[in-house]
Amino acid sequence: MKIPRHLLSVDDLTRESAIAILDTAAQLSQLSEGKMKKLPTLRGRAVVNLFYEDSTRTRISFETAAKRLSADVINFNAKGSSVSKGESLKDTALTLQAMGADAVIIRHPSSGAPQRLADSGWIKGPVINAGDGTRQHPTQALLDAFTMRNRFGGVGGGLDGLRLAIVGDILHSRVARSNIFLASMLGAKVTLIAPPTLLPVEIGEWPVEVSYRIDESIEEFDVVMPLRIQRERMNQGFFPTEREFSRHYGLNIDRVAKMKPEAVILHPGPMNRGVEIDASSADSARSLIVDQVANGVFVRMAVLYLLMAGSHELPENALDQERA
Amino acid sequence: MTRTLLSNGVDTDGNSINILIDGERIAALSRDASQISAHDAEVIDMQGMTLAPTLVDLHTHLREPGKEDAETVQSGSASAVRGGFGAISAMPNTNPVADTAGVVEQVFSLGVEAGLCDVFPIGAVTVGQEGERLAEILAMAESRARVRIFSDDGHCVSDPVLMRRALEYVKIFDGVIAQHAQDPALTRGAQMNEGAVSARIGLKGWPAVAEEAIIARDVLLADHVGSRLHICHVSTAGSVAIIKWAKERGINVTAEVTPHHLLLTDELATTFDPVYKVNPPLRHTSDVMALREGLADGTIDVIATDHAPHPEEAKECEWDAAAFGMIGLETALAISSRAMVDSGLMSFTELIARMSSKPAEIAGYTDHIKPLEVGRLASLMVVDRDRKWQIDRELTVSRSKNTPFHGLEVGCYVHDVLYRGTWVMREGTVIK
Amino acid sequence: MTRIVLSREDISRAIRRISHEILERNKGAENLLLLGIPTRGVTLAQRLQRDISQIEGRPVEMGSIDITLHRDDLRLRPPRPLSPTQIPVSGVEGRDVVLVDDVFFSGRTIRAALDALGEIGRPATVQLAVLVDRGHRELPIRADYVGKNIPTARSESVRVRLMPFEEVDEVVIEG
Repeated sequence: MKIPRHLLSVDDLTRESAIAILDTAAQLSQLSEGKMKKLPTLRGRAVVNLFYEDSTRTRISFETAAKRLSADVINFNAKGSSVSKGESLKDTALTLQAMGADAVIIRHPSSGAPQRLADSGWIKGPVINAGDGTRQHPTQALLDAFTMRNRFGGVGGGLDGLRLAIVGDILHSRVARSNIFLASMLGAKVTLIAPPTLLPVEIGEWPVEVSYRIDESIEEFDVVMPLRIQRERMNQGFFPTEREFSRHYGLNIDRVAKMKPEAVILHPGPMNRGVEIDASSADSARSLIVDQVANGVFVRMAVLYLLMAGSHELPENALDQERA
Repeated sequence: MTRTLLSNGVDTDGNSINILIDGERIAALSRDASQISAHDAEVIDMQGMTLAPTLVDLHTHLREPGKEDAETVQSGSASAVRGGFGAISAMPNTNPVADTAGVVEQVFSLGVEAGLCDVFPIGAVTVGQEGERLAEILAMAESRARVRIFSDDGHCVSDPVLMRRALEYVKIFDGVIAQHAQDPALTRGAQMNEGAVSARIGLKGWPAVAEEAIIARDVLLADHVGSRLHICHVSTAGSVAIIKWAKERGINVTAEVTPHHLLLTDELATTFDPVYKVNPPLRHTSDVMALREGLADGTIDVIATDHAPHPEEAKECEWDAAAFGMIGLETALAISSRAMVDSGLMSFTELIARMSSKPAEIAGYTDHIKPLEVGRLASLMVVDRDRKWQIDRELTVSRSKNTPFHGLEVGCYVHDVLYRGTWVMREGTVIK
Repeated sequence: MTRIVLSREDISRAIRRISHEILERNKGAENLLLLGIPTRGVTLAQRLQRDISQIEGRPVEMGSIDITLHRDDLRLRPPRPLSPTQIPVSGVEGRDVVLVDDVFFSGRTIRAALDALGEIGRPATVQLAVLVDRGHRELPIRADYVGKNIPTARSESVRVRLMPFEEVDEVVIEG
């Protein structure tokens, strides 16, 4: 089990390490069912939630995960702090390091900011990307994979043969960028469905199929994942009107009715009900959106445990020594 | 007057050469040292190193006035000398902008005061480089600085009417407009080349067409009004094709390419290290190859550095927040030689011409146009072509350290520089 | 140097004996819950379950309890995978829980298991069954049922090999 030092991108993972994270999350979810909610594993360790963007749900999910492992959580809401007065990422990082942060969970509007933090040496502990710009959101992809695997696969396995459709604003979506590569690595076949204005111009090397129309193939997928349309995109001419988008790309009761009987709906949240997904689809029996939220905590616990609990300095065979 | 004999050197073709300097000028030049009567001269043995004219840069950011923490005319001149330059062209995007005779004369005077190389100010095309109305171009041309190149570099003169007027206006004194070709609407918020890499790493893309569309428009405008256009830092294969087409039609257009665009690609953005953030952005390998070929076949006339110093804090941050630009004076010859000569695309002699006489011709820097010959100004450099050296950002002469080539081992070490008959660098150390 | 200290027959006799001891001590299997500590503790718990069920003629409940997240030496090792924790739906509350492990050494594993168990609920009693007690305790913890006491040097290592993890059932000392 080779676990990366930081989790900045799904590119940091191999199929093996991704499955190790999912399996660990599965064990943790079982513990939780067995009423073992609070674990002493990270007692005395400090986890900083460094959030440069508002994201209550992701922050709370990480906070819950850290607290269930008994870590101390420091919420550093950079939007309302000295950062908005111009403190650099570097100075913030050095401050957190000086305060004894054992790991930093960072959400940042600039693509690559977590990697800067990890590569710079400003922070000694692991850096976990909780969403950067339009680049990556690896724990979201892991929780989506976990949710899909719970439904269609099992512990120890991947997503082999699963057909996943990601629909909507691919261009600006870190969730799409993370899911495309993680799900493919785990064996799923990914299709992107979007108008060309919401797709990158050069998509050639991505392990995906691309379709401009949702109705051509909706019945083929096991999982359909509409992406949130950011409000600010609506005025930038990527599509003519909200109504036109939702009519041609939104998930609604008619499209849901055409899906395979066992097919499910995932959404990274928060939803724009009535835009990329209508209320009846979001609340239908196919929707695993609430499961995703619960699974998010287990996946993040698994990531925190695997990145923080062990020592990354020791050789792997140290495990072979006899158990005390 | 002191006389110096540089003996036992070679020219850029590798033929032996001996040069007698008398005061500011070259007094004698011969393959055979015994042909030169140098009884009273100081003789310096060049030990087979290459003697070549000093280089001329058409695109330099000196940051003075306004951002002296990044560079000054003095430190930029020293950096230029370290790279073998005898003339540099100071871009006007200072604070205040060099858009009046007063500012260009100030920069010019600071250059004379530094006394390390010729510093020729470039004037802004529009007031404050704001792209709204023409600056007092003629006043700058007739000032002591005798400005011949005008550019809003950093900004594109995107208004076609304004660009047309500027091209027309500089005909008065045979000036040239150097265009930074970047359609602003197509590149709003853009961070790097738009392509497979930007798609993957989620940085906002900067399409090649944003550069190419402006170049296409401007060569047609230059043709229409019969004026002279120079394209700054060409970065795409499409731009090369358009310029080639324009030249074939006889349009009076010249173009430059930077050393970094001849060597680096947008893959480097995956590190998110803003030292690779530059305007125009690093492009595909196919663009790099097209630029090299365009330079080799003469479509692109010259190499210019776009030396853009930035203080550490402007680069030690997130990619989005970082400034665009790389320093390049000190590494220009080594990098260009690696890209063009080592790859067999160009002779060293031709490379030197594209970095000295050719840019001097475009800018009208008369002292720098001729090759080394009797009577020419004694501005020359001594290059150890075989010496391998490692580029080290901690050792830059520039005030800034934002070189993308840190750690790279290169050749073509500039050993000494003579500027108007005076040594301004000996054995790699700038004097003054 | 490797020497066998328990053969296949020795192991199965020890398990059978411990099964009887557990039943005797707890006056039957009614309130019993066997919890194996992964990995080999779970296998031993399964064998105990089989023997006890045979003897009593009625099923006895078992489960597993992973102690990894309660270990005090996590930071001394590379990241390690978790093993399953499976507690029967009837829970641990008021039960007579027998923790089952293969080798009893420093006592730290059992300390962790007691902590883990405490998070789940409050059993009536907690007992400990081990196949081998090799000594060198670092905590004040003792076993209730021991397959065999094997005095060892600290430098030696005790390997318990059990099917299906290994080809054979045996306990060896190496070193």
